[in-house]
Amino acid sequence: MKGFWRDAVEFFPILLNGVALTIVVTVGSLLLSTVLGLVWAMMRVSGIKALSMLSASLINVIRGIPIIVLLFYLYFVMPDLGVTLSALQAAILGLGIAYSAYQAENFRAGIEAIDKGQIEAAQSIGMGWWLTMRRVVLPQAVRIVLPPYGNVMIMMLKDSSQASTITVAELALQGKLIASSTFKNTSVFTLVALMYLTMSIPLILLVRHFEKRAGKR
Amino acid sequence: MIKLKDVHKSFGQVEVLKGITASVEKGEVVCIIGPSGSGKSTILRCINGLESYDRGEISVEGLKVDRDAPSIVNIRTQVSMVFQRFNLFPHRTALENVVEGPLYVKKEPRAQVLERGRALLAQVGLAEKADAHPPQLSGGQQQRVAIARALAMQPKAILFDEPTSALDPELVGDVLGVMRKLADDGMTMVVVTHEMGFARDVADRVLFIDGGVIVEQGHAKSVLNQPQHARTQDFLRRVLHPL
Repeated sequence: MKGFWRDAVEFFPILLNGVALTIVVTVGSLLLSTVLGLVWAMMRVSGIKALSMLSASLINVIRGIPIIVLLFYLYFVMPDLGVTLSALQAAILGLGIAYSAYQAENFRAGIEAIDKGQIEAAQSIGMGWWLTMRRVVLPQAVRIVLPPYGNVMIMMLKDSSQASTITVAELALQGKLIASSTFKNTSVFTLVALMYLTMSIPLILLVRHFEKRAGKR
Repeated sequence: MIKLKDVHKSFGQVEVLKGITASVEKGEVVCIIGPSGSGKSTILRCINGLESYDRGEISVEGLKVDRDAPSIVNIRTQVSMVFQRFNLFPHRTALENVVEGPLYVKKEPRAQVLERGRALLAQVGLAEKADAHPPQLSGGQQQRVAIARALAMQPKAILFDEPTSALDPELVGDVLGVMRKLADDGMTMVVVTHEMGFARDVADRVLFIDGGVIVEQGHAKSVLNQPQHARTQDFLRRVLHPL
């Protein structure tokens, strides 16, 4: 145990650099997946068949490809097509695109859960599709969507470790590098796990808060 | 003002409107009565463009109702609707519900709209509930907010779709009172209702609909007191003397 604390003090600052990148990858891909997911969801519920089918196809393709393959594709294949991305850019883009499919289905479920009478009431006072979405449907759907959105945040935080496969020196990769040079696997990976847990717990509490709030309504 | 000419409407294989021809003049109160599933609500929903119709023509102030045409927004701002289940926006306060249309659809100046919104809430007896959210209000209060929301659009006519059907009996009177006042003020109203007392006292004309056709229509008191058609007589007997 004494050895662990000594190692912890020694490795903590290096791992903290990894934490910073983990947060950058998570927040960046969360924002991207939210925007893309919203766009896919809007296309799905637009009532325009071509847009709805395009969105459904995109979602299925994205869901059918493993995240790691998507990351490899963006980082290793795109340069052959003339688009070179940094490892960090590829990680944010890859995770953002991968999770946009799940976000889209989540948003769509939230939108479709809104009572049809709400949409009719909005239409009856002359609101068009976009105004109905913006003023009536989305503000109510947000409350339904928040608990699963919180879960996506936790999953993204953990899946940000996949960025290590394309050389992003986030927490998991920093841990691996330290462990392979010091052979202190137990100390390093226990520390890495604890640091992920420390970041996850506030998110888990946030999800619980969202769930309680949603349950009250 | 509102004209329906040989309107047909089907849901799948079921034809719910089988050639409805009727008109509503400015300032007139028309009540539509009839058994459940007879097509009463569908008529209102077609007038407001919430449902499309298959054949015939509906027009409001000479403007054809076509739910897929841009002109539908114009029609909806002229003909408001009050729903059976109120359909207030639960995430907005009573006042916000009332001013939503004028602010965001008609884009009227905020200060002016807020002032009118408060005045309308006062008119329906809910001045002190301006900041309450719909779940904090009783059914009757919610329906009165819904009426204020409809009035806020400064419509030329209001369609009421069974506005008291979802209310506790003791709350019905408040809503009918507000509607009675509107009729007295000259508002053009089309009301789908089972409240025969209201229809008798307030309506200028009554349409009795059954099986998607107008079976009988005429002056409210004559249709309700001396119905000519056997089906109307049978319906009124069952409604007025259920036991």
